[in-house]
Amino acid sequence: MKIELRDIKKYFGPVRANDGITLTVEPGTIHGLLGENGAGKTTLMKVLTGFISADGGEIRVDGKPVHFTSPAESIRYGIGMLHQDPLDFPPLKVLDNLLLAFDNRLIPNRRGARRVLKELSQRFHFSLDPDARVNTLTVGERQQLEILRLLALGAEVIILDEPTTGISAPQKVLLFATLRRLAKEEGKSVIFVSHKLEEVEELCDRVTVLRRGKVTGHLEVPFRADQLVQLMFGQSLPKSERPPVTLGEPVLELQDVTVQTYRLTVPHVSLTVRAGEVIGLAGLEGSGQRLMLQACVGLQKPSSGRVLLGGQDFTRRSYRDFLAAGVAYLPAGRIEEGLIRGLTLTEHYVLAQRDHQPFFIDWAAATNGIQKKINEFNIRGRPDTPVEALSGGNQQRALLSLLPPALKLLALEHPTRGLDIESAMWVWEQLLARRRSGTAILFISADLDELLERSDRIVVFSGGVMAPPHRRGPHLGRGTGVFDRGREAGSVMCDA
Amino acid sequence: MNAVLLIRTLASVVRGATPLVFAGIGETITEKAGVINLSLDGTILLSAMTAFAVAYTTDSVILGFLAAMAVGALMALIVAFGSITLRQDQVAIGFVLTLLGAELSSFLGNPFVRLKGPSVPHLPIPYLADVPVIGPIFFNHNLVVYLGYALIILSWLYIFKTQPGLKLQGIGERPEAAFARGSNVNLMRYVYTAVGGALVGFAGASYSLSIKLGWSHRHTAGNGWIALAIVIFGGWHPLRVAFGAYLFGGLKSLGSIFQRVAPGIPSQFFNGAPFALMIVALLLVSSGWLDRLLIRLPTRVRRVIHDSLLGAPPGGLGRVFVKE
Ligand SMILES: Nc1ncnc2c1ncn2[C@@H]1O[C@H](COP(=O)(O)OP(=O)(O)OP(=O)(O)O)[C@@H](O)[C@H]1O
Ligand SMILES: [Mg+2]
Repeated sequence: MKIELRDIKKYFGPVRANDGITLTVEPGTIHGLLGENGAGKTTLMKVLTGFISADGGEIRVDGKPVHFTSPAESIRYGIGMLHQDPLDFPPLKVLDNLLLAFDNRLIPNRRGARRVLKELSQRFHFSLDPDARVNTLTVGERQQLEILRLLALGAEVIILDEPTTGISAPQKVLLFATLRRLAKEEGKSVIFVSHKLEEVEELCDRVTVLRRGKVTGHLEVPFRADQLVQLMFGQSLPKSERPPVTLGEPVLELQDVTVQTYRLTVPHVSLTVRAGEVIGLAGLEGSGQRLMLQACVGLQKPSSGRVLLGGQDFTRRSYRDFLAAGVAYLPAGRIEEGLIRGLTLTEHYVLAQRDHQPFFIDWAAATNGIQKKINEFNIRGRPDTPVEALSGGNQQRALLSLLPPALKLLALEHPTRGLDIESAMWVWEQLLARRRSGTAILFISADLDELLERSDRIVVFSGGVMAPPHRRGPHLGRGTGVFDRGREAGSVMCDA
Repeated sequence: MNAVLLIRTLASVVRGATPLVFAGIGETITEKAGVINLSLDGTILLSAMTAFAVAYTTDSVILGFLAAMAVGALMALIVAFGSITLRQDQVAIGFVLTLLGAELSSFLGNPFVRLKGPSVPHLPIPYLADVPVIGPIFFNHNLVVYLGYALIILSWLYIFKTQPGLKLQGIGERPEAAFARGSNVNLMRYVYTAVGGALVGFAGASYSLSIKLGWSHRHTAGNGWIALAIVIFGGWHPLRVAFGAYLFGGLKSLGSIFQRVAPGIPSQFFNGAPFALMIVALLLVSSGWLDRLLIRLPTRVRRVIHDSLLGAPPGGLGRVFVKE
């Protein structure tokens, strides 16, 4: 099916999210949509699928003009979309999620749906348990379920909005194989939205680059990376450097720590983190790295073992005590856990002040303070902007800007998830600069390149078990199989 | 206590809990769709009064019930209109309606206070009522109680076993995703809020025409709040909500028995005890303590117990859905 978008316009107040975008997607191709954070990619795809209505422009399917008022209507034409955050029903079962796509029956056809699920799963080598609840699946599996749902509904055009953000490396390999197969063997069109150059280079036949709501270029394979960067950011990016740092005293020591929850047990972890050191925690999502990180900042109480902070025993101390001792934690869910929906940047600034504050808030000083941060951290927003109106990259910038200046230990989950290269590089510059004043950094990431590039040591988790840390060095390359313990985690590193 | 007395007590628990079953399941349906109707206490009062007034005036119990259901649905529609269409706060609207319902019922019901009116006739089910123990406890009541049984089963079947029920869960769980799959989220929310409200109205009628006959000021006050608590206690699951209603009824009559045994203790203690016990029960199921216990069980058993004890509120509860 051929899709033509002509002069699409969508404004959010003063923001021109889409400012006259024209592009054509040919059948049987994988079409990349590349652009920095806030370029307008998601908006354009939501317009195409009827999720939001455009302020201007025309959509043609196989030459005929169409007008979708809801996603249900666009799927009837065979256009389906996977959202950045899978748009499914987490507490329901896989089978029920699939059934919810269908209509017009009183008693759902569970047996039929089970069969469809099984056939499609086999065709694409997915393994989904029909009776599992969706909130127990990984993001990658939830995507697979969404793909199956769209295929079951007869989608001819499948749009994926940044599908690789939350999934593991093997899942990514499987996803790419699936997409190629859909396009090349089954003649479907795939629109692949991303801000990652390598992925677009690896997968796409053609690519359209967006920048600030406008098309800056259409390219065909083979792409030139520097050209893509130029189109995306309007400039070429400098190489990021890694300033050498001499490691200091141990900041954090875990001595035979065991953490237990209802789902998972992480047994007997021992680890010493020294001042200025960067340690990456790798492994499939849900393998225990998050529990461990939370134990390091006092959000999980270990059931045995000791946690030392600067030589002092902090084992059963509260999160507040950890904070007071110079620890900070940035969770993965920025808007859910890190920021407070509905409050403005200024209000966040006030809340973030840790030292003694007067009873009445000095708003003028707070506005000044946050304005300085906004300039310094290059946040696209104003002091009175509510945080949820910021784009993902700017939310992350805001969080970083609110961290106290001197820290002993900084724990981060997915510090650059969803950020474009420029923002990601910028974030790491800020983080690495902190090392010079002796801050140790612990971070979780699903991005292999990020782990390899940024960490001094990498710790791999697999099913709750931690492999001994590996030093950074020439042997820490891809496919070397140095991660002998934990087969899954090993394959994460090897398959990439 | 002898067996006859025990059976009679259990029978009265079953009968007495029936309005809570209707109100609890009605509210469950509303909340499953993602709307909180907090006006239950006022709605039950107003519909109880309406039911009695209509039945008294027309001498028709059926008309009484129908009028009460209409009142319940109307109150619910005000909540729906205020929250869905006007996008106002559901909790605030619910509170205002609670107060309004209570005051209106006292004002409009004044002429009907302490009159003797019609009631739902007693109707033992042939054969079943003669089964020893079970018969007198469950099948020696009136039609309202039996309809309660039917509602428990039908609502469970509807929500979990039918396609429209699945969609109902969908719109309450994640309205955006339901919209993407073609549901008319806001229309459905209107419908289920009204249906839930009608059931709450039925609960009100079943007080004044069956369980606590007649009308007086603040005749049923407090029961709406209990029904709301039971929905949470029941984890938004009709079977557990019904269980909660019966449990609460049981605790209450246990209280009155103890009161007879130990008349020295003030009656307020026994009136308050069921609430305290429900809170303890809620704490037990929702604290981490249960998790720690479950770790020791095999995975399969763990999953089943976890699913059946812990109910989470619908993900989109109280959240207005707006298409971008
Ligand atoms: N509902 C909304 N209300 C106001 N502004 C919005 C809304 N949705 C998007 N925007 C703004 O429109 C612009 C484009 O956003 P969009 O989500 O399309 O970007 P994107 O290219 O998908 O970025 P990312 O890579 O961060 O996902 C941004 O400046 C964003 O802040
Ligand atoms: Mg986006």
